Amino acid sequence: MTNQAPLLQITNLHAQVANGGQKILNGLNLTVNAGEIHAIMGPNGSGKSTLSKVLAGHPSIEVTAGEVLYKGQNLLELEPNERATAGVFLAFQYPIELPGVNNTTFLRMAYNGKQKANDLPELDEAGFAEFLKTKLPLVEMKDDYLHRCVNAGFSGGEKKRNEILQMAVLNPCLSILDETDSGLDIDALRIVANGVNQLMSADKAILLVTHYQRLLDYIEPTFVHVLANGQIVTSGDKSLALELEAKGYDWLLPHPQQAEVAV
Amino acid sequence: MSTTQTIDAINQDYQFGFTSAIESDAFPKGLSEDVVRAISAKKGEPDFMLDFRLKSYHQWLTMEPPTWADVDYPPIDFQDIIYYSAPKSVEKKQSLDEVDPELLATFAKLGIPLSEQKRLSNVAVDAVFDSVSIATTFKKDLAKHGVIFCSLTEALEEHPELVKKYIGTVVPATDNYFSALNSAVFTEGSFVYIPEGVTCPMDLSTYFRINTEGTGQFERTLIIADKGSKVSYLEGCTAPKFDSKQLHAAVVELIALDDAEIKYSTVQNWFAGDPKTGAGGIYNFVTKRGNCKGNRSRIFWTQVETGSAITWKYPSCILTGDDSVGEFYSVALTNHFQQADTGTKMIHLGKNTRSRIVSKGISAGVSKNSYRGSVVIKPNAENARNFTQCDSMLIGQTCHANTYPYIQVENPSANLEHEATTSRISEDQLFYFQSRGIPTEEAVATLVSGFCQDVFNELPGEFAAEAGKLLAIKLENSVG
Repeated sequence: MTNQAPLLQITNLHAQVANGGQKILNGLNLTVNAGEIHAIMGPNGSGKSTLSKVLAGHPSIEVTAGEVLYKGQNLLELEPNERATAGVFLAFQYPIELPGVNNTTFLRMAYNGKQKANDLPELDEAGFAEFLKTKLPLVEMKDDYLHRCVNAGFSGGEKKRNEILQMAVLNPCLSILDETDSGLDIDALRIVANGVNQLMSADKAILLVTHYQRLLDYIEPTFVHVLANGQIVTSGDKSLALELEAKGYDWLLPHPQQAEVAV
Repeated sequence: MSTTQTIDAINQDYQFGFTSAIESDAFPKGLSEDVVRAISAKKGEPDFMLDFRLKSYHQWLTMEPPTWADVDYPPIDFQDIIYYSAPKSVEKKQSLDEVDPELLATFAKLGIPLSEQKRLSNVAVDAVFDSVSIATTFKKDLAKHGVIFCSLTEALEEHPELVKKYIGTVVPATDNYFSALNSAVFTEGSFVYIPEGVTCPMDLSTYFRINTEGTGQFERTLIIADKGSKVSYLEGCTAPKFDSKQLHAAVVELIALDDAEIKYSTVQNWFAGDPKTGAGGIYNFVTKRGNCKGNRSRIFWTQVETGSAITWKYPSCILTGDDSVGEFYSVALTNHFQQADTGTKMIHLGKNTRSRIVSKGISAGVSKNSYRGSVVIKPNAENARNFTQCDSMLIGQTCHANTYPYIQVENPSANLEHEATTSRISEDQLFYFQSRGIPTEEAVATLVSGFCQDVFNELPGEFAAEAGKLLAIKLENSVG
């Protein structure tokens, strides 16, 4: 590696539900370099989705301490839309329906918004239609999705594929995939994973938040981290995921009684 | 509408809130029989018109303001209103060169070029400034097709028989409190007559502008589409910002004879009052009604109501002729302290009559937005059909949306459908846009525009873009 700043550097991150709610992240540290895929695993309630939300800037989560640098820049002071145009992308666990908003129109707004923010040329309707045609095969989507309203009446699998289509259009540097595999059948999982793999390159990074090893059969992680009680408790390579699949998480969690003895 | 336009539009305040420094010739404040006679005399009206006014005035004196609408306002002092105000310098205008340049500049600011430029967009314009019509464009071109498009005053001079035959036949003076008032004191308006078999070669348009503080605007529009004719009519409205309330009580009457079609579109952008205090703004108390008098006639109302402190307005259709069709498409947006009680009445009298109602209400701020609609099927209306769709969208936690549908069926062969939805723009939807790089204001505009699409599709091209832009301006800072 060169001595370039990491793509993402999270230091001692504390976060809670906004307006004085429950504490969820408790001093999380993570460094992600370009070219790496990091899988974030962990039991329910460990803070995986909260981490995704913090990075994307969801207003329901409040950061109380710590630092998040994206390409050396303070990510937390950017508005969510500024993070997006700077190249951070969140694929939602539950994509939102936007009735009345045409899918193509939405994709073009997003694309042109990013182009404009980065002083790059925007595409007109015809130009964008051509551009979009080249992205559809990535997620094996047909044209007719484009004429529907964003996610409205989409099946679970269609919604997830639509997320990856958005990722393809925005071509982000840092993608956070929040349980993108949940609710997908085997074929849809393969399609989504193929799309993600094709979008990955040496200058980008992916954070894969997942419960299951099976996604990692398709998208091979550089590192696997286990999140528990709002911290990363252990990290390893892809073999860690297989071990977790076999043994569960319990052996990694601090045992309350032992903790008392230690005090 | 392009997104860049929307963004540009979002950062604008009410941009028509200027007053023009034009000398006006106005009556003193107050209303009496003498004032009614003076208005008629000023206009040199025929006797039947004066009789109509006086009857209406005496009727009005016996009436009470309606209280059933879901709007609150202090009693109006009808003696504190100027009933006639005319820009001094435009007693008679044969050509635009004679019109006060300040006036032309005012209309240019409003985006209404009265001159040759309008030729390009092929719209004939009648501009009403306070109480009088300033200029009507394209009269000669229209006359070639036999189309009469002029101010009501001119129509009374040149075609009194047509006015006499139709005025007050759809909205009788006695119809309601505000129509009676209008019938007594109306000062101007537009008149349209499309002869038999003629499709009007261009869209017709009236722009209304209230300029003098304390002036009431009481215009009256009369449109007659003779057998087999067709016309599309657009109405736009603005007013300067004043701290006091201004009353606008208009009457619009449409008459469609056999096989005729009238499409009437409104984009209303009166001053809505101060966003922070609710002071000032227009009381928009308007009676609009069309009579599908002939068999197979059709009347389409499309309205985008964005302004006014209070809107009280129910563009309606009386489906008299057999196989006649009435349609009503409405977007009503209220923000801040605005109140709207608006909807339609579809009255089915003839056989096989059909009506369609699509209403979209958007409320934000502490505003109140009510849909009030009535569908009446009379005993002779065999096989009448109505479809009503009534959707409300809420923005924020402090606004109100109400729906009051009334249905009265006196013929068992009728077929009525009613659909209603209520939705709210959610934080998650806005975040979804943001996470794709789209800022909140643009997200709101896009969601609202999508919500209104069924109605915008009914507007003539130029108006559709204007309407989308207007909504974006009106919703500025309504979220977050």
